[in-house]
Amino acid sequence: MNGNGWTPDRPIVSLKDVHKSFGSLQVLKGISLDVMKGEVVCIIGPSGSGKSTLIRCINALNDIQQGSITVEGQEVHDPKLDKLALRKKVGMVFQQYNLFPHKTALQNVMMAPLLVLKRNREEVERRARALLAKVRLQGKEDSYPGELSGGQQQRVAIARSLAMNPGVMLFDEVTAALDPETVKEVLVTIKELAGEGMTCILVTHEMGFARELADRIYFTDKGVIVEHGPPATFFDRAKDPRTREFLSQIL
Amino acid sequence: MLDAFAQFFRDLAADAPRWNFIFFYSEKQAGMVLSGLWMTIQLAAACLLFSVAIGIAGAAMQGAHSRLLRALVAGYIQFFRNTPPFVQLLFFYFALGRLTPTYSPDGWLEVPIVSNVGWAIISLSFFAGAFNVEIFRAGVEAVPKSTQEAAHSLGFTRLQTYRYIVLPLALRVSIPALNNNLVNLVKTTTQAFVIAVPELLYESITIWNDYPSAQNPMMLVLFVIYLALVGLVVMGMNRWERAMRIPGYGG
Repeated sequence: MNGNGWTPDRPIVSLKDVHKSFGSLQVLKGISLDVMKGEVVCIIGPSGSGKSTLIRCINALNDIQQGSITVEGQEVHDPKLDKLALRKKVGMVFQQYNLFPHKTALQNVMMAPLLVLKRNREEVERRARALLAKVRLQGKEDSYPGELSGGQQQRVAIARSLAMNPGVMLFDEVTAALDPETVKEVLVTIKELAGEGMTCILVTHEMGFARELADRIYFTDKGVIVEHGPPATFFDRAKDPRTREFLSQIL
Repeated sequence: MLDAFAQFFRDLAADAPRWNFIFFYSEKQAGMVLSGLWMTIQLAAACLLFSVAIGIAGAAMQGAHSRLLRALVAGYIQFFRNTPPFVQLLFFYFALGRLTPTYSPDGWLEVPIVSNVGWAIISLSFFAGAFNVEIFRAGVEAVPKSTQEAAHSLGFTRLQTYRYIVLPLALRVSIPALNNNLVNLVKTTTQAFVIAVPELLYESITIWNDYPSAQNPMMLVLFVIYLALVGLVVMGMNRWERAMRIPGYGG
């Protein structure tokens, strides 16, 4: 398929010794992590610890200075990389939804399959309607983003990413900008996705959600991964004092 | 009916020598006013179209990677925005016009390939275009980077992102400022007078040079016609602005 000889028994996303700096500010100082197909991985940590930068490097929205990131065996920061091919494999959902404000919910979901994948309109529309139904937005197809609540907009954004049939979904603090009562509707949607076997990498502050859903949790601080492990071990028997301090502050 | 109308103004001219509405009863002068008006409309329409195209292309070039391209656009703006359009018209017609090749339609006369009307369209389009570049650039800068990132992360190419996301949103922000500039452009077409483009002002002055008694009436009619022309442009722009309004977005 992809010519890299990637097989599902190898990590679908793999970071090795990733370094990233903005000017003289070092944000990532040697991050390594592997995510297998179907896994749900949560990245938590104090603000400014490089979580969002880390996730943005995976679909090449940020470049890196050192190390390697592969998605399905393909090197993301190869200068010869076909970014379009990469971005077909990786879906991304943002904190601020970032919907296209001049397009209806349905058009938001349809645009990329039409323009990027060049699929036939009828098929794209049928699938877009099905995706909006899946995120429980029947009846909102013709609403513009400005007419939807934050939670509804975020679910449109999830449907929009899913329309590209990605192999991995990245969620960058997707509930951070939402009202507490709408957080749940978005989390339920993500939970359903994870239940269907979608590979998910989430940067989140929702500890209850991370504990319930994640296969593994990574704790980052000051650009390094301090420790990681399955939720039970991580939350109850954290080894590193920095992790324990962080958890004591937010739990 | 029409005869009575003409007779009224013929009598008025006899009674009040400073109010000779000659174009209301003499076919020749009526024809001059109409052909001048038609030229003005053509000139304004062509310049409107080209200046908007220059504005969009220029704003796109300002976002280009090439430093040379950006410097070229910046230089263009400085020159055309900071010098009088009157002088620009003279420069285009007399300086550049002398350098362009000529052809001979009848074997006797040598005719330049770009007529004075052509030079007026080129000169005024570049003049108004310089302002339009700045107007569209402000619009482009108002489009959040995060919205463009969402498009990139869905696999849109740079061109697709510009065409389907940035431009439609930037246009909406730009309309009020564009409105002002296009109103100015319609009025600036009178300066084509200086290179003898037979537009409305040129024809009007010709009439009152022949008939000084027609000067007051001619000026009155000039004001009325420009009020109507600019009114039409403003009406069209306002209608466009309303049609582009997105429910729940912006003011």
